[in-house]
Amino acid sequence: MNPWATVTVIGVGTYLIRVSFIGAVGSRRMPPWFGRALTHVGPAVLAALSIPAILLPDGTLDVTPAGNPQVVAAILAGLVAWRTRNIAVTFAAGIGTLWILQAML
Amino acid sequence: MKSSAATHQAGWRDGVIAVLPILVGVVPFGLVFGVAAADSVVGGGLGYASSIIVFAGAAQLAIVDLMNAGAATAVVIATSLVINARMLMYSAALAPSFREFPHLSRLALPYLLTDEAFAVSIVRYAAIEDPAYRRRFYTAAGLALWTTWQITTAIGVLVGANVPDSWSLEFAVPLMFLALLIPMLTSKPAVAAAVVGGGVAVIAHAAPSHAGLMIGALAGVVAGVAAERMVS
Repeated sequence: MNPWATVTVIGVGTYLIRVSFIGAVGSRRMPPWFGRALTHVGPAVLAALSIPAILLPDGTLDVTPAGNPQVVAAILAGLVAWRTRNIAVTFAAGIGTLWILQAML
Repeated sequence: MKSSAATHQAGWRDGVIAVLPILVGVVPFGLVFGVAAADSVVGGGLGYASSIIVFAGAAQLAIVDLMNAGAATAVVIATSLVINARMLMYSAALAPSFREFPHLSRLALPYLLTDEAFAVSIVRYAAIEDPAYRRRFYTAAGLALWTTWQITTAIGVLVGANVPDSWSLEFAVPLMFLALLIPMLTSKPAVAAAVVGGGVAVIAHAAPSHAGLMIGALAGVVAGVAAERMVS
C-alpha cells in the first residue's frame, strides 16, 4: 500500500478510537476486563518499541559498552527519566552520554 | 458552582494554563519526531502530514520506525492502532461529560484527544461541572497541544535533512519511547507489562514483517493483567 494511504488509514482508525465512546448514542460502557487490559497497553507497547531498538541496534544482540554504547546511555537516561520525569532532560542525558562514549571508544 | 458567562470564558484561559508545563515536554518530542521522519524513508512531507492526519506522537514515531525498517503495511497499521488503543479508555472516561456538549462538538473534539488533554481535563472535570466551561477548557488545552505539535514537528522536518549522521539521532527514537515509558512504571503490574513486553519483543525481533513488536506488546498486556490478579 502507498505510504500516504497507510497513514490515512491509521488516521481514520485513530479518530474512530477517539470518538468511540464520546460519539456513541446513549451511554455505552466497555466491559471491565477490557478497561483493565487497556491500562497495560502503554507500558507494554513502549517497552516493546524501545528495548529491542536499544539492545539490538543492528539486528543482533549486543550489550557490550564498546560494541553498543546505546545500552549504557539508555540506562543513564532511564535513571534521569525516573528522577526528573522530564522528556527534554532525559533526551539530553541519553544522547549526551552516547556522544561522550562514542568520542571515548 | 456558579455558572456565569465569566466562568465560561475562564475555560479558555484555564485550559491553556493547565497544559503550559506539559508543552515544555512536547517541544523536544515534536522536534525529534520531525528530524526522525525527515531522516527516514517516510520523508518530511508525509512525516509532517501525519501530524495532521494522525496527531498522536508515539504512533507517528512507530510509523516512521516501522516503515523505515521495511515492515509490512498490515503490521504498521495494526501496531499504530494498538498503540492508540489506550485512547478508548480516555473516550469512555470523558463520554459522560461530553454528552452535555453540542452534537458537532462531540464529533469534532475527539480529534484533539491526547494523553495530555485527557489528563488535564479529567482532573478539572472532577472540580467543575458547568458543560460550557468544560467544553472550552478541553478545547483550549487540546488546541494548545495541537498547535505546539504542528509547529515543532514542522521545524524538526525542516532541520532534519541537515542533521549529520555523526549525531547518532537514530538513537533518539528509542530514547523518546523510553522517556515516555519510565514515568508509567508506577505499579508492579505496569513493570510486569513493560518487562515482558520488552523481553518478548527482543526474543521475537526476527519474526517476519517486524511483527515482533506486536507480539511483545500483546504479551506485555497479558502479563500486566496476570500481575494485577496476583497482586489483588
